[in-house]
Amino acid sequence: MSYRLTEDQAALRDAVRVLADERIAPRAAEIDRTAEFPWDVKELLASHDILGLPFPEAYGGLGGELLTVCLAIEQISRACATSGLILAVQELGSLPLILAGSDEQKQRWFPDLAAGKKLIAFALTEAEAGSDVAAARTRARRDGDDWILDGAKRFISQGSVADLIAVFAVTSDDADAPRHKRLTCFIVEKDMPGFTVERVEHKMGIRGSPTAELAFKGVRVPDANRVGGEGDGFSIAMRTLDRSRPAIAAQAVGIAQGALEVAVAYARDRKQFGKPIAEFQMIAAMLADMDAQTEAARQLLYKACVEIDAGAPDAGRWSAMCKLVAGDTAMRVTTDAVQVLGGYGYIDEFPVERMMRDAKITQLYEGTQQIQRLVIARALTARR
Amino acid sequence: MRIVVLVKPVPDTASSGERLRPDDWRLDRAAVPAVVNANDEYALEAALKLTTTHGGDVVLVSMAPPTAPETMRKALAMGAASGTLVTDAALAGSDVVTTTRVLAAALRGMEYDLLLAGADTSDGGAGVVPAGVATLLGLPYLSYAAKIEPNPDAGTVRVHRISPTGYDVLESPMPALIACTQALGEPRYPSLKGIMAARSKELTTVALADVEGGEAAPSTTAVLGAEAPPPRAATRVIREPAEDAAREVVAFLVERRIV
Repeated sequence: MSYRLTEDQAALRDAVRVLADERIAPRAAEIDRTAEFPWDVKELLASHDILGLPFPEAYGGLGGELLTVCLAIEQISRACATSGLILAVQELGSLPLILAGSDEQKQRWFPDLAAGKKLIAFALTEAEAGSDVAAARTRARRDGDDWILDGAKRFISQGSVADLIAVFAVTSDDADAPRHKRLTCFIVEKDMPGFTVERVEHKMGIRGSPTAELAFKGVRVPDANRVGGEGDGFSIAMRTLDRSRPAIAAQAVGIAQGALEVAVAYARDRKQFGKPIAEFQMIAAMLADMDAQTEAARQLLYKACVEIDAGAPDAGRWSAMCKLVAGDTAMRVTTDAVQVLGGYGYIDEFPVERMMRDAKITQLYEGTQQIQRLVIARALTARR
Repeated sequence: MRIVVLVKPVPDTASSGERLRPDDWRLDRAAVPAVVNANDEYALEAALKLTTTHGGDVVLVSMAPPTAPETMRKALAMGAASGTLVTDAALAGSDVVTTTRVLAAALRGMEYDLLLAGADTSDGGAGVVPAGVATLLGLPYLSYAAKIEPNPDAGTVRVHRISPTGYDVLESPMPALIACTQALGEPRYPSLKGIMAARSKELTTVALADVEGGEAAPSTTAVLGAEAPPPRAATRVIREPAEDAAREVVAFLVERRIV
């Protein structure tokens, strides 16, 4: 096995980088300021097949190789974390179908998702069920050939702009049933009566990505929209997160790299005491640490992607480790980038304050850093 | 319709570094990453749009060093169907006359309705190769195109040629050679599927001996020397609001007797 990117991977990465630099970076500040979902960026990603990356070629995608998806998310996030999240969420929402969907379901939804004609969101979290996923209260009860969904989901990325939502609901009435056998996954379509977007949160970062509270009031969902078997929902959700956490790690690495590049450029230009501040050892050391930490996070991410795609038995551990390290790195590197820029780092004339705000979410979503540590520790202690 | 586009890998002007070799004043093509010449990308974009409208395909032809396929793949990723590269150690340091002869020879065996080329290249900048190729092949030469309208049924093509006062409308039978400008429209970014597909597209490399009538002809020109341009004088930047800035700029130009 080569320990370098293949020519194809490098070519795709470079193509996305050019697009991100020339077409997305100039929009990033405005997306953050207006907190409006960047439909133009979504169209741009769709028209260059980037939203097709997570999907199998048979359905119009580019094959779904995790490392390639992450290379793209990293490059987009380097310019704009909100925009990088568009691809990450398209993958996240589709993963239940990729992992457990029937051929009929894939045929029905993947071509439009791969072409970016439709967006999909992932609705697992509830107001009272965050880290404790199995505590979900949204219910689905059988009604003939259909299911009736009732409940609410919170903190759903792109929930208000998605055409399809992968929703996890309790389908077991048996109080004695194991907690991880109670959930089932359904695809809710946005036009289904009873489905509403209750509100969109005001956030600290990734401000252009709408984070929605969704309500399901007697939503009638055909059984054909059930993903996997009854009671398989928890397992599908966990396997989804094994593959989706690297996408967030990629977003984090991209944010860190973007901040590092701004800090380096600034430190070379900015003169104090008659010379560029990059020549002062305290600044130079910060830049060196930022680069080394970012590269370390990146390499762990790439390795995790390869291991997960190869079907490693400890995929959950790789996935948690790369998200943990990358998220903390993004937070530290962006904070240091603000420090390097001094007062200029604290104002919106430079992008590092935005990057610092954007970085914070990578320590929170798709499992807090504490949950990542829990996953890693459990994998460690379960070993004989 | 079939359109052949002449493409040339040129040093990326966005990257820094010495570009002339000190011993023979030739471009050091290994020192700087190569990109597709910008005007050729405009030609390729125009060709791709025309084949979208009229059907057919776009084929690339280039004369360049052996590293050119990497650059040509980028043009294939934009949507060209295949490419031919003439590369030969004997062609190193060719001047425009040799380049023109070799390209014309490579094109002689090919069938096409239109031959598109960038109006000039960002490295040599002579801008005479398209006209030379047209002359050697006996093709109508339509230069400085801002708009290209083929009429395949009539077998003609109409071109808006940029002129000092606007544009001239030229019409000629096809096949014809058209020198293309940026006015034709921004080149597309290659899509990811385009990049993947480009890997398996046919890119034929031919040596000089394989080209009809191709033989190493010595260059008729030689570079005797080169000098770096004098360093730019201090730049004055005016940061006033537009109206005040305009007044200051005009005052400056008047002072220098430029206006």
